[in-house]
Amino acid sequence: MSTTRPEVALFVTCLVDLFRPVVGFAAVELLEQAGCTVSVPEAQTCCGQPAFNSGDRVDAKTVAAQVIDAFEGFDYIVVPSGSCAGMLSKHYPELFEDDPAMADRARDFARRTYELMAFLVDVRGMTGLDAAYNGNVTYHDSCSGLRELGVKQQPRQLLASVEGLTLIELPGAERCCGFGGTFCVKYPDISNNMVGDKTTDIEKTGADTVLAGDLGCLMNMAGKLTRTGSSIRARHVAEVLAGMTDDPAIGEGQPE
Amino acid sequence: MSSGRDAILARVRKSLARGPVDDGTRAELQARLSGHPRGIIPARSNRDHGAQVDLFVEMAEAVAATVDRVASPDGVPDAVGDYLAQHNLGADIRMAPDDWLESIDWTQRPTLAVTKGPSAGKDEVSVTAAFSAVAETGTLLLHSGPSSPTTLNFLPDNHVVVLRSSQVVGAYEDAWDQLRAAGAMPRAVNFITGPSRTGDIEQTIMLGAHGPRRLHIILVDDG
Amino acid sequence: MKTTTRQFKDNARTALADTGLQSALDKMETGFVVNRANAAARLPEFEALRDQGRDIKNHTLEHLDFYLETFEANVQKAGGHVHWAATPEDARQIILDICRSVDAKTVTKGKSMIAEEIGLNEFLEENDIAPIETDLGEYIIQLRNEPPSHIIAPAIHVLKEQVADAFHEAHTDLDPGRSLEEPQALLDEARAILRQKYLDADVGITGANFLIAETGSSVIVTNEGNGDLTQTLPKIHIAVASLEKVVPTLEDASALLRLLARSATGQEFSSYTTFSTGPRRPEDPDGPEQYHVVLLDNGRADLLGTEVREVLRCIRCGACMNHCPVYGAVGGHAYGWVYPGPIGSVLTPTLIGVEEARHLPNASTFCGRCEAVCPMRIPLPKLMRHYREKAHEEKLTPAAERAGLGLWAFAARRPGLYRWAAGLVIRVLGALGRRRGRFASLPFASGWTRYRDLPAPQGQTFQQQWAARNGRRGRGA
Repeated sequence: MSTTRPEVALFVTCLVDLFRPVVGFAAVELLEQAGCTVSVPEAQTCCGQPAFNSGDRVDAKTVAAQVIDAFEGFDYIVVPSGSCAGMLSKHYPELFEDDPAMADRARDFARRTYELMAFLVDVRGMTGLDAAYNGNVTYHDSCSGLRELGVKQQPRQLLASVEGLTLIELPGAERCCGFGGTFCVKYPDISNNMVGDKTTDIEKTGADTVLAGDLGCLMNMAGKLTRTGSSIRARHVAEVLAGMTDDPAIGEGQPE
Repeated sequence: MSSGRDAILARVRKSLARGPVDDGTRAELQARLSGHPRGIIPARSNRDHGAQVDLFVEMAEAVAATVDRVASPDGVPDAVGDYLAQHNLGADIRMAPDDWLESIDWTQRPTLAVTKGPSAGKDEVSVTAAFSAVAETGTLLLHSGPSSPTTLNFLPDNHVVVLRSSQVVGAYEDAWDQLRAAGAMPRAVNFITGPSRTGDIEQTIMLGAHGPRRLHIILVDDG
Repeated sequence: MKTTTRQFKDNARTALADTGLQSALDKMETGFVVNRANAAARLPEFEALRDQGRDIKNHTLEHLDFYLETFEANVQKAGGHVHWAATPEDARQIILDICRSVDAKTVTKGKSMIAEEIGLNEFLEENDIAPIETDLGEYIIQLRNEPPSHIIAPAIHVLKEQVADAFHEAHTDLDPGRSLEEPQALLDEARAILRQKYLDADVGITGANFLIAETGSSVIVTNEGNGDLTQTLPKIHIAVASLEKVVPTLEDASALLRLLARSATGQEFSSYTTFSTGPRRPEDPDGPEQYHVVLLDNGRADLLGTEVREVLRCIRCGACMNHCPVYGAVGGHAYGWVYPGPIGSVLTPTLIGVEEARHLPNASTFCGRCEAVCPMRIPLPKLMRHYREKAHEEKLTPAAERAGLGLWAFAARRPGLYRWAAGLVIRVLGALGRRRGRFASLPFASGWTRYRDLPAPQGQTFQQQWAARNGRRGRGA
């Protein structure tokens, strides 16, 4: 593992901020274990993806410029979501392609930005960690992380070091769960068909827990699992790796 | 419809934000056409000729063609006769009027009833030669011409191709070089890779959709 | 062709409720998808070939006028004719005139998406010429009087029982007691019927997978051999193709052919790849007496100058739809026009307008699987996003969506306000949902909760908790 102590800014993501703060704390814990100093810039809201994917380039640029400002000066920007990390590192430079004032900054910002799992393994050289989780888990590869950023083996490598955890590969793990941001509410019937296929595949693995690296996909899958009466729990992979699994799983109630 | 032509070309140029290609570019493009540079050739077929022949056989068999290797042209009539017997086919074969095929002594198998010429759709078995064969995908190359009617390649239920091992090349590009050396582009060049097939009913693969149900290759070792 | 693209959502609902269609679509993942992956894995050069394919097409498009003129000159040199059609109307009329020149009664047809695009069959029928589709899948859907639902597997949505019904109805000589239960029996029946049609036809019409400038050849790729019978037996062969099908040389075509079948069906090579150059030569024993190529523009020349020009690299392999989870859920007919799947979601707004086709580029999760498998590396999600931007600029998106987006943008630009409002809402939702951990329904979230629960927030935002712990906010802070 690298010896210098880099300054890392956590891009929390709006879903983690609003719905599942424990993922943010898990990310901080993992980054600290990886020898980083972690900050959370206050002036962050959203990565701008809802606007970008809705065809609203103007608002997307405004928000993107604000994010780039807020994260000025850090060695790295780390994101516990492949989707948001993809937005920051792949699409920001694209947004400012024709904007000479911002193009270089956007590219520089993109170069410093990583998805959490990729950062831990590829940049910090983490090969394993000290965590335990009793259960059979399966893993869904979220689309953006997988196809935009190549996040595939990193979470599996880290999960392999978790004591008590058995990973059962999910057939069709690379197929979209049907979340797609606003897609799931704009085209609910199609989205339902997709997430239905996904949760059926998850059930068939016999796993008791499904993990993924994106809260959007997880909320979609968890919401379908609970709706269909499944007892399979859904968690962000960072929660398990950081040993922060005392909270109820996504969509799971408080014990009475 | 030359007005349509000119208008379309004008729109193409407008989209490309330029006029007709300038002389320098035209010369470059002409050179690319006449030089027809090769791109990436899969390493798979880059092996000695004997191994290319083996690869051809392996790839052809993988797509449900059958291959019978014989040691010399003298073995061809029996190979054809045996094939007919094996599939309970009659003695009639419709043969391409090809010099090399005609040089074979077909009377060695007196039961064969050989007629020559294109097919009108009534023939059960055709026997043709090939121009070449491409090892990389087990593909036969046949082309139209006086000695090679195209209908023989598609109408009969059984297509028997008599191929000499020396005709096997590694990649498609090797076949193009040979074809260019042979003269002008024939009317039809047929790359044939296994028998006719379809997956159009419930994605179930079935052989013999419209073209031949069987493709049988008699491979004559000629060094 | 009739367009129902506007009703995409309704079409999709109907498709989702169609159990036969759903079982047909489920087979794609174990068929096309697995086969493509295996074929790509067997060829170490596959990824490099994709780069090369992209470059060949880009080079050709950059000099499209030159290559089209060269193609035309070489077709003429081989004794053939080239006809330029700016619009579908032009193309139909050109084809009709050629058919009439020999007083054609029937024409056989190989599978051609361009023929679908110009609505050729209906037009020929209106003019008392009977078009007969010869690709088995196309033949089936022609009998069923419906459009293709996939560009390489046009009848992918049809069950074998439905094929049997169509044959029993159309083939009046067929013994009603004959069993057509098995696919093989269906194939044999179609083969027998179509065999005579090939021999009787006056004109054969095919599409073209490629046109080759160097030689003036049109290329068709089939597994069935139907295209070859279609173009070999009648007096006249007409190949109808759009402008962007041209490539410079036989080597360039070979490079693209290495990608086509592997991407489409996972085959190493299709059964038949045929290069046609001009009509029958004086010494030829068979082949058509006339050879015509109809070059269709229909907006493509203009498209070349736009931000979506990369779509012109498409070689119509169908890999994007085979791998698309949305196509896999709703099938091809839901898209409502000729080209379904991701390629259709870009082409359709291009060719029939953004307003008509507004849904298609929106009905994508941007999962990126299409781009990941496209042999021509067409950035399909990016091009779909382009049409979302166009719809947004032209205010074609629904008012509620625009209002929601406006509200979001207002808050997202104001971190202080955002944190305050989010904290408030989340606190309330967290308290309400704490015990069960989820909501089965919520006002304003019915799109979500109709089919799935909404997991409840944990209670306080991350930012609130971080602030409460005096977490670091910046370097040295």
